[in-house]
Amino acid sequence: MNCDFTRTVLHGYLDGELDATGAAEFERHLEGCRECTTALGAEESLRSSLHRGGLYESAPVALRRKVRASLDAATASSGGIRIPAWRWVAVAASILIVASISWFAWPRVQNRADSPPFTAAEMIDAHIRSLQPGHLMDIASTDQHTVKPWFDGKLAFVPPVKDFADEGFPLMGGRLDVLGGQNVAALVYSRRKHVINVFVLPTKEPDTEIHAPGLRQGYQWRHWRRQGMEYCAVSDVSDSDLYELAQLIYQ
Amino acid sequence: MSGSDQGKGSDVLDAQDRARFEQLVLPHLDAAFNLARWLLKSRADSEDVAQEAMLRAYRFFRGFHGGDARAWLLQIVRNTCYTWLEKNRPVELMTEFDEDLHPQSGASPEALAIAGDNREHLTRALETLPPRFREVLVLRELEGCSYKEIASITAIPIGTVMSALARARQRLQRALTHGSPQEASK
Repeated sequence: MNCDFTRTVLHGYLDGELDATGAAEFERHLEGCRECTTALGAEESLRSSLHRGGLYESAPVALRRKVRASLDAATASSGGIRIPAWRWVAVAASILIVASISWFAWPRVQNRADSPPFTAAEMIDAHIRSLQPGHLMDIASTDQHTVKPWFDGKLAFVPPVKDFADEGFPLMGGRLDVLGGQNVAALVYSRRKHVINVFVLPTKEPDTEIHAPGLRQGYQWRHWRRQGMEYCAVSDVSDSDLYELAQLIYQ
Repeated sequence: MSGSDQGKGSDVLDAQDRARFEQLVLPHLDAAFNLARWLLKSRADSEDVAQEAMLRAYRFFRGFHGGDARAWLLQIVRNTCYTWLEKNRPVELMTEFDEDLHPQSGASPEALAIAGDNREHLTRALETLPPRFREVLVLRELEGCSYKEIASITAIPIGTVMSALARARQRLQRALTHGSPQEASK
């Protein structure tokens, strides 16, 4: 392989867009090419800066409101419009009520020491974001011995990674995520086609038991601390399934 | 489809369309805003353009027959942004895209890590890139799009996404390491 060529291929490799043969070929080349090794290191460093930089800008609340209003204005006001319009108001109102209850209930009622260092909203957002196409996994593997080393060097800690396929929770892979401004490891498990995200980050707080479930926007979560790690499992599976996985990880 | 561009005529959207749009497309408003913000480099202008794009998407909505709603929406957002740039900042679009690939900048991973550690500096570096480089980076690194999605959003052949990203990353490396990060971080 010639290095001018690899300068482009390197990006396909970095982005996980090469097929298995192409990736293996490039890895073989990498072993003998100092230049490409350095270039790959530089690209990885650049990528992690872009990911950690907090550059993503979410839509302001005012925009969301304006968009909804303009959509309403562009929707035909046929005879039946009153009911759907009411329904939207009702939906909006219930979302608002649920949101405000959880907003107030979550950080305050629960003892600070017992809650994760990010809000429920951030956690649910991260979960939803992960479900969008192409977002779920940075490393797709059912092998814990592949997923665990993948995190090495990408985070300042090494999350415990175990596959629970035999117990009905196969490991699907992992990715890096940011929660409450901190880098976290996200382990992805599946349960009957549902996705469970387990966010892991280090903590100095003492161990806790698995806390009572939280519920928001139809998603459940379970939070606990164990041996210097903070865990939060989030999913739309039933709480009993979630609790089962939490117990498996806890052991 | 061209008839619905005006949003009038037979393609008048009803409450059912509205509900489907709410479910499929509206969840990607963040992605729409983020892309607009990086293409236009201004939050205020992006709000206007993102809103206009959402409304256009809504008017085209009957022409959306399932598939990747995010890519479909971002394609419309991108087109709306370019139309806006042509009208308001034509100079920015005149920078040529097809530049030769220069040798690597030679920046070490460590030097880049330091340069990239400052958000302001990173933002400025990204903003100095021509829009066509900036968009592939934003789609790939911030939005996490696959090459296939990037190709469909930016209307470049899938075979050239990889080299477009290679060029964009190289430009960003240069912008980062030449813009004296030490000063920026002080």
